[in-house]
Amino acid sequence: MIVRSIRSRRPLPVPFLPPFVEHRELRGSAARGEKLPVNIQIVMRHPLSGAPYCAAPYVKANIINAGDGWHAHPTQALLDLYTIMNRKDRVAGLKVVIVGDIKHSRVAHSNIWCLTKMGANVVVCGPPTLLPDGLETPQRLFPGVRVETNIEKAVKDADVVMELRLQKERMQSGLLPGLREFIAGYQLDNKRLALTKSDSIVMHPGPVNEDIELAAEVLHGERSVVNDQVTNGVAVRMAILYLLAGSKEL
Amino acid sequence: MKDLIIKGGRIIDPANKFDSVGDILVQDGVVKQVGTGVSAGPGSEIIDARGKVVCPGFIDLHCHLRQPGYEAKETIATGTRAAAKGGFTTVCCMPNTNPPLDNLPLVEFVKSLAEREGSIRVLPIGCITRGRKGEELSDMAEMARAGVVGFSDDGNYVKNARLMKCAMEYSLPLGLPIIEHCEDPDLAKDGQMNEGIIATRLGLCGIPTAAEEVAVARDILLAQLTGAHLHIAHVSTKGSVELLRWAKQRGIKVTGEVAPHHLTMTEELVLGYNTAAKVNPPLRTRADIESLIEGLNDGTIDIIATDHAPHTLNDKLCEFEAAASGISGLETMLGSLMKLVDTSKITLPVLIAKLTSEPGKLLGGRFGSLKPGVSADITILDPEARWTVDAETFTSKGKNTPLDGETLKGKVICTVFGGAVVFNDGQ
Repeated sequence: MIVRSIRSRRPLPVPFLPPFVEHRELRGSAARGEKLPVNIQIVMRHPLSGAPYCAAPYVKANIINAGDGWHAHPTQALLDLYTIMNRKDRVAGLKVVIVGDIKHSRVAHSNIWCLTKMGANVVVCGPPTLLPDGLETPQRLFPGVRVETNIEKAVKDADVVMELRLQKERMQSGLLPGLREFIAGYQLDNKRLALTKSDSIVMHPGPVNEDIELAAEVLHGERSVVNDQVTNGVAVRMAILYLLAGSKEL
Repeated sequence: MKDLIIKGGRIIDPANKFDSVGDILVQDGVVKQVGTGVSAGPGSEIIDARGKVVCPGFIDLHCHLRQPGYEAKETIATGTRAAAKGGFTTVCCMPNTNPPLDNLPLVEFVKSLAEREGSIRVLPIGCITRGRKGEELSDMAEMARAGVVGFSDDGNYVKNARLMKCAMEYSLPLGLPIIEHCEDPDLAKDGQMNEGIIATRLGLCGIPTAAEEVAVARDILLAQLTGAHLHIAHVSTKGSVELLRWAKQRGIKVTGEVAPHHLTMTEELVLGYNTAAKVNPPLRTRADIESLIEGLNDGTIDIIATDHAPHTLNDKLCEFEAAASGISGLETMLGSLMKLVDTSKITLPVLIAKLTSEPGKLLGGRFGSLKPGVSADITILDPEARWTVDAETFTSKGKNTPLDGETLKGKVICTVFGGAVVFNDGQ
């Protein structure tokens, strides 16, 4: 069952629709004797942070967070991890640089949790207006990451560079002077890519604003794994649904 | 009316610098005699207060009774009964009702409702600006004549500095304070909780401490310019305490209040998207609490006021960003603050002063003491009694408290208003 909150702005993007929960397939399961409640997984995308936590106590079905506000996007982090694992021997010790609008990005937040847990060294890079608050204060409630506002310094010897999508409304709200400055300061182009390790990979959760976060030459270049991310997204999300449905094997 | 004698309690009356075991005789609704050697006439009602603390009835300078307009959240009847249960005999209600209290007929309406349905004294606060819109002054002088005790657009900051300057100047001959909700709306825009790593972890938009402090600083300077009495509502940050201290050292006529939750709770309570802990100003950090307590002790912060903000279940049972801000605080005030006494952060007489003589002073010295001749507003509390908060049993319609299920030490056991018992624990 795909649930769209009345507050949601848009439906789930097509690649996120797991095929076996479509109504047709449910009918197939029912024909094999499975009862309806067994099949129900709630996939929830919501513009407000914490919405899945708010809903969870009131339903028996599993709720899969498909992105809530600025808070988290766990399945994206898992597919990103899977993509990195396909390309690298190990995650521990890798230098992963996340560039762009970190503050408003649930993708960045979940990747910070996921990649630090796996032992990667995470660097976040963006203009100070787009960096989360409190990262510099020593604390126990958020993973330790390095903050670097200069992209050349940030991507030096990086194993992975992950650019984030820039929402256009950031310019209107005074957080950025404009696209031109963002591009000059934070776009990953071939020149900056040359500062990373020779076997580095370039990621982006999509949809890419071409020639804004990623120069076309990088997006379509040989280091880009953006298409792998899309492909892996289907597999990882199917796996999540499968496991949460109580299946014993993958 | 029968004579009332409260016997054998530790009487703490900060207004008269009295702290000693003794009796209180109440005749015809007024305090007749305080101390030893009080003898009961035949047929008097006797309250045994041995082992208990007896003090002037608490005054809450800042609460939301929600009437008119939001009767599902609270009414004057339920709010004043909850206040009596919390040991209060006087409450000042904020004017952010619907319609807002910005004119004489509405003030008269609230007063007459309080007269008919209220358990205790209700003193209304009038709006600074018409409709709380921050555009033009409300009928301040007319409301002053009707008996408001101060002016506030609480919930909104008067953003226009020139208008605030005018309000302060206009308030001077009225002799009433301007009570300001200090929060720069641009800095606090979309804010859900204190800005910092917890807001980052939860993906919630933060409210920086500077949103409060720039507003406090501006108004202190305007108070200096105009000579008006500025009272800062719900001070929540270390920086605000420092600004207040600076202002007082320069002789600027400024007072400040702090809410119990800002003295006892930190932003970590929000973890798990706990909407009960959503409040404005937001819960801050341990360092802010330490500074607020220091401010209470050195006199920088004059008053403790609950900012009792009752809400319905549905106002809180939703996504954090959609939830209403506020804590239902009248009934847990004493129990939550006695923790500060038990851990020697403040003394019991200081706590009682911040709830009686100090707000009494701001109200012109009419209330908050046990001086013979004043209305017999008396609170009896048991500082040792342990009890567990059960929001369902609140008298207030607002069950919204982050303290639900907590065990507190210190309980109001009896509240006397005008010589009549308005709350008696267990009855």
